[in-house]
Amino acid sequence: MDDSNNLAPTRSAVLRNVTLPVAGAVALGLLMQLVVGPASGPYATRLMLDVGVAIIAAVSLNIINGYTGQFSVGHAAFIAAGGYVAGSFTYYCSLLWWGEYAKHGGFLGMGEWLFFCSCLLGGFGAAALGWLVGLPSLRLRGDYLAIVTLGFGEILRVLLQNTNRQIFDAEQLRDATWRQLVPPPLGGAQGFSDVPKYTNLFWMYLMVAVTLFVAVRLKISSTGRAFLSIREDEIAAEAMGVDITRLKVRAFIVAAFFAGIAGGLFAHQSGTVIRPIDAGFQRSFEIVIMVVLGGLGSISGVTLAAVILTLLPALLLDFAQYRMILYALLLILLMIFRPQGLLGVKELWDFARPWRRGGTRT
Amino acid sequence: MNHVPDGASAGPLDMLLDVRGIAISFGGLSAVRDFSLHMPSGALYGLIGPNGAGKTTVFNLLTGVYRTETGSIAVRGRRVDALKPHQIATAGLARTFQNIRLFGHLSVLDNVRVACHLRGRHGLAGTLLRLGHHVAQERSITRRARDLLAMFGLSDREDHQARHLSYGDQRRLEIARALATEPKVLLLDEPAAGMNAQEKVDLAGLIRRIRDERGLAILLIEHDMGLVMNVCQRITVLEYGAVIAEGEPTDIQKNPRVIEAYLGTPVELPAGWEV
Repeated sequence: MDDSNNLAPTRSAVLRNVTLPVAGAVALGLLMQLVVGPASGPYATRLMLDVGVAIIAAVSLNIINGYTGQFSVGHAAFIAAGGYVAGSFTYYCSLLWWGEYAKHGGFLGMGEWLFFCSCLLGGFGAAALGWLVGLPSLRLRGDYLAIVTLGFGEILRVLLQNTNRQIFDAEQLRDATWRQLVPPPLGGAQGFSDVPKYTNLFWMYLMVAVTLFVAVRLKISSTGRAFLSIREDEIAAEAMGVDITRLKVRAFIVAAFFAGIAGGLFAHQSGTVIRPIDAGFQRSFEIVIMVVLGGLGSISGVTLAAVILTLLPALLLDFAQYRMILYALLLILLMIFRPQGLLGVKELWDFARPWRRGGTRT
Repeated sequence: MNHVPDGASAGPLDMLLDVRGIAISFGGLSAVRDFSLHMPSGALYGLIGPNGAGKTTVFNLLTGVYRTETGSIAVRGRRVDALKPHQIATAGLARTFQNIRLFGHLSVLDNVRVACHLRGRHGLAGTLLRLGHHVAQERSITRRARDLLAMFGLSDREDHQARHLSYGDQRRLEIARALATEPKVLLLDEPAAGMNAQEKVDLAGLIRRIRDERGLAILLIEHDMGLVMNVCQRITVLEYGAVIAEGEPTDIQKNPRVIEAYLGTPVELPAGWEV
């Protein structure tokens, strides 16, 4: 676009648009790691980590289901894919470099940077899968797309079940034959265990902040409006020059990338073993429920739902065997009284500042 | 690109829209056959016919919703009949819909801004990092959208969700949205449906104004004969997918085939029947 009133990318604009958000994300991570975590004890920390994974998963799925209106129920597969890629990369690199899979280095030490790179790698791996799954979505709509994404998750689960046994020893790894490495040694049906436990509140909430930031920026941009127009009316969107094919694939890629990162963080969390079942439909449905309950397309609503639905089972722990019944009951009640989700298509800030409803900040 | 002289004397190469012998059939039903149309810049033509004659099907063929089986469609001399709908929009052909197809949950402003999307580049990096060119582009999109809303008298409702607008406003917003794609040819599918008499008069003025200011070619489907006869320079009449008449409004009004299509032929009543 060549227009008058064109402002050059000034230093202050870069500061405002890039540096400040990144600094904010780092600050949130540090705050969680150094203040909130120690103050609230290991059980609460564990819950907060679970909440973080749920937020990233739900907010990223919201880009496909909420913005673009494509009904994907295979999100857990992206998470699992990212988890396997990131977890195995950290694990085997640790074995090769340091001869053991224990944690290496302290806070922000070498090990944590390896972990960070693994998570990015997991994100890219999942994004590649997202591209692959996005392709059929060009031709399919509604239920049919849901079936394809569901099937994709199941295919991945079965593939993971048939991987080779995990290698637990640096020496064995160096002497491994092709037979042990193809299919990759990801532990088969037992799952992949002993991934170094690098995930902490800092990295988790850094990534939560980045995910939210990307989700918001996408939504209030031309690309985001084009996403939403596909949800509203595909035929009209096409007639207005929106390349719905490209944008749907783009939505899948971006969403899968963050799902992969969530998977990486999940895989490095203490107390988790990533199993093939993590790619299955049960976990996918949990995330879909968060998105629908929060309000399709509403970032703040979906975040809220992710927090609530992750904490609810923990809070209902006292009711022991009635827990799942209460959980289901609450879902049913919510669907009866708020069928459009907690916030509908609105955002929290739409309620707070009605004069900015148009979202015309640019 | 406005080297085209106004008026019907322009040769076929100067046509903004050049349609030759397009056709489509659904199953055994020939929905449109051998439809041709040549529109120079500044043309304001009408497309009429009884219900089910295939008028909207013609629009769907032109905009790529359906693929034509024969013939060719060219916008500004460029063949578009093999392109996808969004590519045809980019080539300069925009439309409104008979059954309003606004983006209901989006704001009025965003409806128009979506349609500005195709005239720019929208990379992920620029969007996420808010690079300078991206910010400038978003600004210019917003300004263009606001200009269009002002032109259509919708400025005070730019924050409303589109589905909450009145029927007439929704029809106007559809036209504003179509114009935001910066078309050369505009197809309006029953733009006056559901409007009251005063709104129709205003709409007629607005359509003429758009055409004059932007040098567009406008093709209008409309059932309101007053409006059609009043604003259109030429009219094409369809019946059962075939063109039965083509010419100036005064000729069309007198054309016996057209009258027959709309009113039917007189029949000999059996003896004893009273009318």
